[in-house]
Amino acid sequence: MPSICLYLHLHQPWRYQKYSIFDVAKTSNYWYEKDYYGKQNNERIFKKVAEKSYHPMLDLIEKNLRKYPEFKISLSISGTWIEQAEEWDPSLIIQLSRMISTGRVEIVGETYYHSLAFFEDKAEFKEQVRKHSDTIARLFGVRPRVLRNTELAYSDEVGVWASQIGYTAVLAEGAEKVLGKKSPNNVYIAEGTSGLKLLLRNYRLSDDIAFRFADKTSKDYPLTVDKYFAKLKKEKGDVINLFMDFETFGENIWKSTGIFEFMNELIYKIVKEGNFMTVSEEAYFCKPAGAISMPKTVTWADKERDLSAWFGNDLQKEATRVLYDLLPLARSQGGDVYDDWRRLSTSDHVYYMSTKYWSDGDVHAYFSPFDSPYDAFMYFMNVVRDLEYRLHN
Amino acid sequence: MEEMKVLMLGWELPPHNSGGLGVACLNLSKALAKDGAKIDFVVPYTAPLSEQTDFMNVISATKYKPEQKFGQEKYGAYNSRGYDKTVPKNTITIRKVQKDYVKFIKKHLMDFKPDVIHAHDWLTFEAAILAKKNYGVPLVAHVHATEFDRSGRRGGNKLVEEIERNGLLMADKIIAVSGATKQIIMDKYGIPADKIDVIYNSIDEDFAKKTYKYDEEDYYYLEQMKERGCTIVSTVGRFTVQKGLKNFIKAARLALFKNPKLIFVLAGDGEQKGELLELAASYGVSKNVVFTGFVRGKQLRDIYELSDIFVMSSVSEPFGLTALEAAHHDDAIILTKQSGVYEVIRNVMSYDFWDTDKLANAILALSDGSVLSRVLKQNMHAECKNLSWDDIAKQVELIYNKLDKHKE
Repeated sequence: MPSICLYLHLHQPWRYQKYSIFDVAKTSNYWYEKDYYGKQNNERIFKKVAEKSYHPMLDLIEKNLRKYPEFKISLSISGTWIEQAEEWDPSLIIQLSRMISTGRVEIVGETYYHSLAFFEDKAEFKEQVRKHSDTIARLFGVRPRVLRNTELAYSDEVGVWASQIGYTAVLAEGAEKVLGKKSPNNVYIAEGTSGLKLLLRNYRLSDDIAFRFADKTSKDYPLTVDKYFAKLKKEKGDVINLFMDFETFGENIWKSTGIFEFMNELIYKIVKEGNFMTVSEEAYFCKPAGAISMPKTVTWADKERDLSAWFGNDLQKEATRVLYDLLPLARSQGGDVYDDWRRLSTSDHVYYMSTKYWSDGDVHAYFSPFDSPYDAFMYFMNVVRDLEYRLHN
Repeated sequence: MEEMKVLMLGWELPPHNSGGLGVACLNLSKALAKDGAKIDFVVPYTAPLSEQTDFMNVISATKYKPEQKFGQEKYGAYNSRGYDKTVPKNTITIRKVQKDYVKFIKKHLMDFKPDVIHAHDWLTFEAAILAKKNYGVPLVAHVHATEFDRSGRRGGNKLVEEIERNGLLMADKIIAVSGATKQIIMDKYGIPADKIDVIYNSIDEDFAKKTYKYDEEDYYYLEQMKERGCTIVSTVGRFTVQKGLKNFIKAARLALFKNPKLIFVLAGDGEQKGELLELAASYGVSKNVVFTGFVRGKQLRDIYELSDIFVMSSVSEPFGLTALEAAHHDDAIILTKQSGVYEVIRNVMSYDFWDTDKLANAILALSDGSVLSRVLKQNMHAECKNLSWDDIAKQVELIYNKLDKHKE
């Protein structure tokens, strides 16, 4: 049976509050909603997710690391997550640090601000990746060797960039439109590079857990470890990449569904009958099965697997344009105003403005702290107006 | 549908309507008639027959003129007012009109047996109760507004509440014009959920036709202001507490601080008119707040047409047909979350009726031909295409067909 590479992504954005046009040029409090129970209150949301997901899942992982020397996992942790953990629940950082020191938890590199700056401003992108790497080094004493771009957004250009900086591998979506008949369970060489590895998410098996575990209409429901393990065993290739959001466990899929017991048992089963790999091990040990090219950007979102969830409509394009128009000035001034600019570059903000499925009330709406994509846009623009005012005064 | 004899009990039909109730009744009847229903529609007044209603049999229950249908008091289908005991004996009160309406129905049913009685709002419920009690005809009560809505979410008129409750209890099935209205019926009157179906309204068929032509002369001043770069923000409705217009004016004042090139249009009339005029004056924004008086028909459409933004500021709005009409005229829509139509069109800006800060924010964000306004409208038009009276008629027919046939 192929090895298993389990990779989980920890991230929380700094949600801007319902910032009124009448606050512009008066107060610049974007991130701290006064009402604790407000929908945009970052502290409340972080503490809630910490209780439901970060604590129980990290405990589960740490316990298994102690029990089984064969168990390994890869994590990515956004800078905005780290800032909020430091502010509201520093014990999470301490626990992560303890886990990373076992040498069996690998940290994947990414932009500090969870941004899509790669597609707007390469210099800013590079700075954000460097800031993330520095932060990880400062807190945990390691530097990421493998990169993921935000939302797993990948194109050949991303590969070339990562290879030039010195990364050994990049994570990407194993989308059918790219793979054709090729399997996501092999490592590939990124087209245009001299040996950068592409690690591709097995979306069917990842989504069996992340999307379908609690879905009563799914044909595998209820998903047992035996059933799932049998599926893993049937797969061909060298390694199965199970890439998921960390919040899947406990936040998106509630504890009451038995998701934690499932993961606990699954880890045991794989330790006993299979083999875990981290992303770097995968890049090092698995023999490439050829090269793969992605001329167009592929992401892990929606059925389109492209950037349309972030830049699909004119609101998103306008918000992005207006924000990046201010970048040169923000960068040259630095300090708080630059930090605020960068927090606004987080991809979640434009995701909330997506109108793709708004009328059907789909996943975009579910994750948004705003009443509608239009509200998200309106308040974003108010914040940007204030930012612009600060830059000119 | 097998041919069904429907006795509709209504209070108004265009052109003798003062709001959305008459429009909804007309369109529903028309769509049902198209499917083969034979409809007798009772109104509480006598007026010359109109071409608009020639697909059904309009029956007058009294000899009063249309404008007397709400009596000489100030409460009726739309308003909520305490019962005024000071009314002199011989004037026609709404109670008098209602009693005459009941008498007529009693007589009418002696030699006519419909398959179903479909009663619209509390005004007709006494007649509906009588028909159900005395003749056993299955009763569908259609709720376009409750007393809770009319009173702007405050205590309503007790007598009206009593009639409303009895009608709803007596009905075999209740149609509510929105989920919000259904919830009110459940909460205020304790009616079980499974007795109530939600059936939304749609836009007037004639509205959708291309025959309408905008008349630039109709509102020359506003047109001129528009040419000078002003954004026109309008609202249409009766000036009653239910419509939340004081908050509309408060938001206008706020928005004008940031953008003086906004013109606010209030189309309608009602008891709050003086108060609203004074409020605008006290804020010093009278120049930017235009009162048109009561408008209907083409004049109303011209307002929708010249407006850039349409606001429904209602404290409580069972449905809110005017929002759909404005949407049809390509206005960007702002609705209170307390409006039933918000359940139907989602590509709008929304706010809680008391949140004047957010309303002002939304008006500013939508003005000057913003990207927000463009994207919102694009998506809204796609949504509105899914609403049709033919579909609504099908839903009503399903209800009719499930009713027990009345006992002879």
